[in-house]
Parts: sequence; structure tokens; C-alpha cells
Amino acid sequence: MSTITKQSKEGRKPKVNWARIEEADNFANTVKQFRQGKLEHDSFRRFRLQHGAYGTRMTDDYAMVRVKLPAGEVYPHQLERLATLSEQYSIGSAHVSTRQNMQLHWVILEDVSEIMRSLAEVGLTSREACGNAIRNVMCSPLAGVCHAEEFDVTPYAIATAKFFLRNPLNQSLPRKFKFNFTCCEKHGMARMVDVGLIPQIKTINGQECRGFKVFLGGGLGNKSFVGHQLEDWTPEEDLLYTSIATIRIFDRLGDRKHMERNRMRYLVNEMGWEQFKNLILKERTLVHMTQSAVVKLAVDQIPQKLESHVRISGFDGKSIPDGFSRWRKGNTFAQKQSGYYSVSITLEAGDITASQLRAIADISREFSAEGYARTGFVQDIYLRYVSESDLARLYSRLLEVGLANPGSLTMVHPIGCSGTTSCNLALTNSHRLAKEIQRKFIELKLDEDDDLREASIKISGCPNSCGQHEIATLGFFGGGSRVGKDMYPVYQMSLGGRSDGDTMLGVNLMRLPAKRVIPATLKLIEVFKANKKQEDFKDWIHKVVTGHADSTVKSIDDIKKILLPFTEAPPIEKDKDFYADYGSDSSYHTRTGKGECAA
Amino acid sequence: MCSLNKPTIDADHLRGQIRDNSVRIIDVRRAEDYKKDHIPKSVNLPLAELLADDSPEKVLKIAQNLGIDDQTPVVVYDDTFGALASRVAWTLQYLGHSDVSLLDTTYSQWKSLGLEVDNTEITSSSKTHSVKLQPEIMATADYLEKAKENKNVIVIDNRERLNYLEQHIPRAINIPYRTLASEDKILKSKDDLKRLLKNRNIQENAEIITYCGSVGTLSGLAYYALKSADYPNVKLYVRSFKEWKGLNKPIVKQENANYWDLSAE
Repeated sequence: MSTITKQSKEGRKPKVNWARIEEADNFANTVKQFRQGKLEHDSFRRFRLQHGAYGTRMTDDYAMVRVKLPAGEVYPHQLERLATLSEQYSIGSAHVSTRQNMQLHWVILEDVSEIMRSLAEVGLTSREACGNAIRNVMCSPLAGVCHAEEFDVTPYAIATAKFFLRNPLNQSLPRKFKFNFTCCEKHGMARMVDVGLIPQIKTINGQECRGFKVFLGGGLGNKSFVGHQLEDWTPEEDLLYTSIATIRIFDRLGDRKHMERNRMRYLVNEMGWEQFKNLILKERTLVHMTQSAVVKLAVDQIPQKLESHVRISGFDGKSIPDGFSRWRKGNTFAQKQSGYYSVSITLEAGDITASQLRAIADISREFSAEGYARTGFVQDIYLRYVSESDLARLYSRLLEVGLANPGSLTMVHPIGCSGTTSCNLALTNSHRLAKEIQRKFIELKLDEDDDLREASIKISGCPNSCGQHEIATLGFFGGGSRVGKDMYPVYQMSLGGRSDGDTMLGVNLMRLPAKRVIPATLKLIEVFKANKKQEDFKDWIHKVVTGHADSTVKSIDDIKKILLPFTEAPPIEKDKDFYADYGSDSSYHTRTGKGECAA
Repeated sequence: MCSLNKPTIDADHLRGQIRDNSVRIIDVRRAEDYKKDHIPKSVNLPLAELLADDSPEKVLKIAQNLGIDDQTPVVVYDDTFGALASRVAWTLQYLGHSDVSLLDTTYSQWKSLGLEVDNTEITSSSKTHSVKLQPEIMATADYLEKAKENKNVIVIDNRERLNYLEQHIPRAINIPYRTLASEDKILKSKDDLKRLLKNRNIQENAEIITYCGSVGTLSGLAYYALKSADYPNVKLYVRSFKEWKGLNKPIVKQENANYWDLSAE
């Protein structure tokens, strides 16, 4: 192996300090007041959520701490701190969410302030990670390196997060509010969020001007909507004004009474897009006029400093471990910067151990020329600016720490929300199902099948879409069914959801018993193989659900018929396992508590 | 009484005492590790040797053979975040030896600071030690079972969170052993520990009983953490959860959640 001659041991330090240490003391004191009965349950819950501590399944004693990583950026010493915190106060593992947060679950409520204090030392916060606030500002993990992007939106995402964090505008919204910056049409989900942004350059009088396609009022949930484009092009100067105007309108008109349907998308839906759009544009003019000073986003345009690692000797080609080319195919992405690759590290349903977090810290110091990591949109972690010549060595390092699962960018890497592992609302163990599917599909080498590469599987443990099932090629959400008095876990399956330029919500197919999801999915792949012409799985499903398929099997009903045998429930004496959810050996029963999204 | 003035001692103080020849240092790592190198003038007592028979008679013999009399200041260290050293230190204390402290860093940290190490094995001439057992720092299963119903008693489980969720002694609270350490010391600073314990509403006047998985190492470390945060009344349930389960005493678990499946282990 080679030696690195140029590497700062400390690693790159973050540009932004998101933390305020005094919030830790305040949180500790408020918990004490709450435990002493001096604070009402509801006010405490609002306070707790505003500070990023979410409730836990069937207990008031534990919380989940959601650590915000704006634009997904996370630095080596921050990863190490998260590792330590997971061992000290959580379950020895952390969880990477679909919104680029890192979560610590099963934390004792009284310890949350200790976590906040420790996070503050490394510049991280959980402030406004839950509750009725602007949640973590997302940004495509490929922003800055994607071939299709018009410019790098990362600095805009960071500036937006900075502007709104702790901003009074954002402390008591009718409901949570989400921003999502993406690099291009393909790699984001700009239409499935309150405010989605895609960078777009427009030439005006021969000059290239930066701006955005802005989408408003989309989002996933019990009822999902696709966002609408506000105008042809929104110049970058208007980004902040548009954001403020949208938040002001939502704050003023959002429904504060009906928590279950008061995300901004419902407002847009009830009012009608045209009227909503006009309101926003008027409000934006008003915001322009009434600002006493010109407010600008502090967009940091200093170019990224790259530090390539000079190695004395190359990697010995003979010692490249098995599986490298398979991994390279399914987990790496050639950047627009020639010679550099972005690498997606697949986790299982977003879970990562403390020692793996430490390994990624080391690896990002050693292999990434930008010196830090980014969380992605699918419970994964990206390392960017890896030299092509380093990929084999990186693979072998990942292999050592159990992080070299193949197929990160393919269908074998499903999303599963936390489900019954920690969530109050969950009906099924969607988290474990995602892991089971991943293990099975890797075993079957489905990641090597080009036909399945673009498709996706996403699983939620209830209808509320945290697992984003409605934008998946194959989506599943959990529920319960029964034979006589015996209950068994089931999943409602949907087909054809997507979040790219042709965004659409998945179309309901049928309810499948949890223990039949894997065989039914394999059967569907088999049907596709028998019916396909030129198209891949994602395109074929798209054709089927939109009525454009010209194969023998060409409609939702055709598929339903084929999969019908999988819905049969055997008698409990014959197949006890059928009546138990994944991760449990006892009979299934639904049990839920109060959700906190709407608190 | 066993009120320790100094549950831990830092490297500078220990080096001073080594120079003055005024201390008996016990290295509790395995014999082969000790043979390679160790803190100068330390003697070796592998934890396994102690655990093979930790009856007072045997411990007395061990202590005397290591050249410890009633007045000898003793410092114990390990390379396992202080847990093994804690178990040895506590055992000496239970025997009635009051002047025993933990080195506040591990042996690896000692070495990484560039402090002196040695590979000379010390032979010590045997000394005479008295036996004054300290039952107030030890809890048995029967004692714990009764005491845990008392409002002023707090039982602390020092195993990892998932193990605690899966099963624990009724009414026990959980402070995983990793919570007790700082980045570079086996124990957090006194202020940090006090704040952590106060947040958890653990009052100084409470009687505290610590336990862990099997032999009282992790909970031994917790014993010293509490001592260093000025909690006077702490007992170690030295046979811990392994014995408790073996005796078929009551056990509770966190119900209705598949928390294991959240782990990446």
C-alpha cells in the first residue's frame, strides 16, 4: 500500500458554525421544569420539537435527536463526534435520514441537552430539525459535480439555511416547511417539496445570469401533491425574496386548526394554483418594497479548495479485492471534473455504526480532495472528489469496515423509514423489510442488472410517506390485515412513482402480506423480463401505469392478476411466520401512539 | 469508612509518586501485555487472575504478595477505558484498603503522551495487610431486590442502550459506560459528571447501586464516576445481571418496538 505524503491530520474544518451552546442549558432546564410539572405537556412538546428532539415509540422517556446537516455537508471531526455520541447516549449506531439529517435514536430525554452541548463543540445543531419550522435545507449530494447541472447550488442552499435558522419568521409556522435544492432534473426531487429549486442560467443581453426554476407546493404525505413552477425563471437576486414571500403567505393563510392537512400543499390545492401563484408574486413585490434595507443571501462563492493527495506509490493492481468492478459500477459516479469520482456509500436503511462513522471520517480525510462527506437523499453518504486512481484502494478500505455493499445507485438499495423500530405512528417494521430486500437482492446480484438500475424501491411503515413510497418505481406502505382474529402485517404496493422531470405519484396496485413482498417483487421482475422490449424496468412500469405499454402484460390489472396468489393468507397453524412481522417472532398486532409531525 | 479522597490520579502526580517510590502501581492487563512494557515499577495483576477467585481470603493473599500493606497507596490502570482497573480497585477497597486510586488515563494514552515505559518485571516482597470488609460498598442480589423498592435507592445499569432496552432489572435506569468517559480521560470532569447526573435527577443523598453484564467492570467504572462526582453512598452489585438472570429474578424490557433493527451491527 502507498503512503500519503500530504494530509492534514485534523481534516478540513467547516465554514459555518450552526450551533448556539446556550440552547443546551435552556433545554436541560426546560426538561427539568417539565418533569416537575411546571410546564404543560403540549408546550413542552412544541419546545422539544423546535430543538430537534422527536418522540419515541410507546414511551415518553426517550427521544430521537435529529442532527441537521444543511446541504448534507459533514466534516470528519463531526462524524467522529456523532460516533461518540451514538455510543454514549444512543444505540451505538446512528441513522442517516432521507432528508440528509443524522439521527440518534433511543436517547434518554434528560440526556438530550448533553448531546446538544457536545454537538455545539463541533458546530452542529438540531435546532428546527423537527416541529413547525424550516427543516434541514437539502441540496443534491452531486451539486457541484453533476454533468447536467448549470451551476453549483450548494452555496445557495447553505445561505438559505443560514438565513432562516433561528429566524423569527420561522419559529411558529402552521406546519413544517421544506426546501430542496437540486443539481439537475434527474438527481433531485424539486417537485416533491414545499420549495424546490433547480439551477438555471439565462442569457440576457448576451450575459449569462444565474437563476432558478422554483417549484412550490409539492410534497409527500398522507395526501401527496406535485409542485408547480412559479415562473419561467427566477433570478438569483429573487431567491430570498421568493422564499420570504412564500413563507409569509403560508404563515398567514396556512390552516392552524387541522394539523393533519395543513402543509402548504393543501393550501395550494384548496386555493388553486393560479390564485396562490398571484398571491406569492404580489407578496414578493411587497417584500421587495418594504424591506428597510436590501436583504441579500450571504452566498459564499469562494471556490472550493481541493487538496489532492500525493501518493508515493500506486495501488498494486494484483491486490484489488473481489467485487471491485461490480461495486464501481453501482456505487460511483464520474464527476464533471475530469479524473474525479463521487462515491455513494450504501448503508442498510441508513443505519451506520459508531466505528463505521469513524472510518468514514478517516476515509474522507484520506480520499476526498474536498475533505468532507455529504449525506445523500436515499439514506446514503457521498464521498466526492475521489481520484479515479484511488477507487480500488477506497473500495478495499470500505470493504474492511463493512461499507462496500454494491448497488448503491440501483434498485437493490431501498429506502425504509424507521417504522416500528422507533416511530410512534408505524404499523410495520419497514426498516427491517428494506434491509431484507437489500440483502436478498444483493445475493441475487440484481445490482448488476442494467435493466433495474434506474428503478427504485421505497418503503414506509404507515401511509405518511416518510419512506417516500409514492415516488418509487415500487412503493410500499405498511398496514395490518386479518384472518378471523389473527392479524398479519401487509404492505400497500404502488407502481410508477418518480421524482424527476416527469414527476408523478405511484399508482396503487394491491395489498401484499409483508412476508410476500420479496417473492412478489421478484415475480414482477420476471414478468417484466418476459415482456420487455427496449425499455428498462422503470420505463416499462411507467408505460404500464400510464397506459402506454404494448406488451402482453400491459395494465395495472394484468399485474394484479399475476400477483394475486401472493395475497393468500395460509392458516396460522400452517405458517406462523406469515403472521409475524420482520424482526419479531410473536404474532402481529398494530399498536400506535400519537404522531408528532403535526405538533 | 471508605470515603475516597481521590478516586483518580493524573499522570503527573503518578510520575511524582513513582520517583518518590511511594506508591504501588497495579497493571491489570494480561501478563503478555505487561511483559512487553508497562508503567515503570508497576506490578501485574491480570483481572482474570483476580476474578478466578475474588473471595476476601484470596484477595488478601494477592494484595500481600503484591507488597501492599494497610498504608500503601495503590494506583491501578488498564487499557480498557478504566473498567478492569475499576474492578480491581473496588475489590481492594472492599477488602478494607482505603488508599486506592485509578490512573485517569489508559495505558495507550499514557504511551501516546510519550511518558516513560519499562519492561522490567518487579518482584515485591510480601507484606501484611489486615481485613476490614466494607459491606456498605457491595450489593448482593437479595439486597438489591429489596432495596430497589426504596424510593431513595437508584439502580443504575451501565450496559449499552440496546442491552438495557432488551432486558434490565425493574426500576433500573441506564447510563451506558461510554457516557462516563471524556475524549482523553477514563472519566469526564467532575463538573460534567455532576451535570449529567443532576440532569437525570440523581441526588447526592441517594443510595446508588450500579450493575452491568457479568462481573462488575463497567459498573465498577460507574462506581468511581459517582465517587468522583461526590456521591457518598454507592454500592456495586458485583455479580451483576448474569447472576440476577441465573437466579430467575424479575426482568423487564422495553415493549412494542423493534429497536434492534435500527442497529447497523
